[in-house]
Amino acid sequence: MEAKKTQILDLCDEELVHPGNRGCAGCGLNILYRIGLKAIGEDAILVVPPSCLTVVQGLYPITCSQVSVLNVTFASTAAAASGVRAALRAQNNDHTKVVAWAGDGGTADIGLQALSGAIERGEDILYICYDNEAYMNTGVQRSGTTPRGVLTANTSIGGKRERGKDVAAIVAAHNPAYVATCSAAYPLDFHDKIAKALSMKGFKYIHAHTPCPPGWQMEERIAVSVARLAVTTGLYVLYEIENGQMKLSEPSAKLLGKKKLPPVSQYMQAQGRFRALTPADIDSIQNEIDTKWAGYRRQMTSAAA
Amino acid sequence: MATDDLRVLTSDSHAGPGDAGRTGSWRVLRPVIDYAKCAPAKSGKPSCFYCWLYCPDTVVSKTLQPQIDLTYCKGCGICAEECPPGAITMVEESKFSDEDNR
Repeated sequence: MEAKKTQILDLCDEELVHPGNRGCAGCGLNILYRIGLKAIGEDAILVVPPSCLTVVQGLYPITCSQVSVLNVTFASTAAAASGVRAALRAQNNDHTKVVAWAGDGGTADIGLQALSGAIERGEDILYICYDNEAYMNTGVQRSGTTPRGVLTANTSIGGKRERGKDVAAIVAAHNPAYVATCSAAYPLDFHDKIAKALSMKGFKYIHAHTPCPPGWQMEERIAVSVARLAVTTGLYVLYEIENGQMKLSEPSAKLLGKKKLPPVSQYMQAQGRFRALTPADIDSIQNEIDTKWAGYRRQMTSAAA
Repeated sequence: MATDDLRVLTSDSHAGPGDAGRTGSWRVLRPVIDYAKCAPAKSGKPSCFYCWLYCPDTVVSKTLQPQIDLTYCKGCGICAEECPPGAITMVEESKFSDEDNR
């Protein structure tokens, strides 16, 4: 049976993230951090490598975070989280949650082998990767998940030439307990997926798409609506994988019924970072999306038959 | 080494607001809520609260008349963009006198 979906009024009123932190105005990560901590609660230890989240958490002696955070080196997030879990086990503590929360650079590039090792060992941790598609807090350098054609500080002519890695698929290939994708435009979906993941034993992974106004070169106020466009145009797909079974989440599942998806050019044109793309490039991205969704529709009809 | 010695060596921060100072000073545009349009203020019942949900900076209150903490609001305008009845407008800071700021 499907668990009841959380509504805005059901969310915990207590705030675990304080205002006046160092996050940029309109930060998508900040939205998910706030709502995510409501699902995680105070009985948790967060393990965070260098990332925008470290910047948000702030400098000694004040932090915005009401939950305990352990700051670790870039490459060691999942390994350090495994160690925290082992320490808790030695204390016979099975109630405190261990949550690793890293950026796309710390997950897709620098922390990938520690992540892969921890999934393979089946560590009982939740790993959340917030994906703003570049190394944002150091000044927008390309990362492994930066999409093709994006202008960054070190792909400033013609944009990035390579495709972005699909980290959720890399993780899913390890067959962990739970894999899900989320977006800052759907914080309640993120909240429910965290709650579900934390109710499970074993390794859980959540990949969250978070808009970054300075890095994506857009106005702060449209951050959430642009993140929503990524989902409604079918470019970024929200799903969960349990026991090897993939299921589209509600915002993406709605697209299955549509004959034609809204053009992805809407999403690209709202941001300055895609301005190096030619109309032909955008057409080829649109074709990839259409092929991907044709595949989903076939899977769903064959599953129903 | 005793636990007390270790305490000197660790640098644990304390949770609290204003790590980056009064971030309200970053603001160029100020959100102003028209309670005549705001759903919970109009109906007198808790509802909507999209401004509270999407605020990245924990500065909107989940009250029947949502209040914005201008000491820390960075003025991103996401609340104005996401408000379903469009009750929030972003007004230039220079339009406010020192009197309003008090």
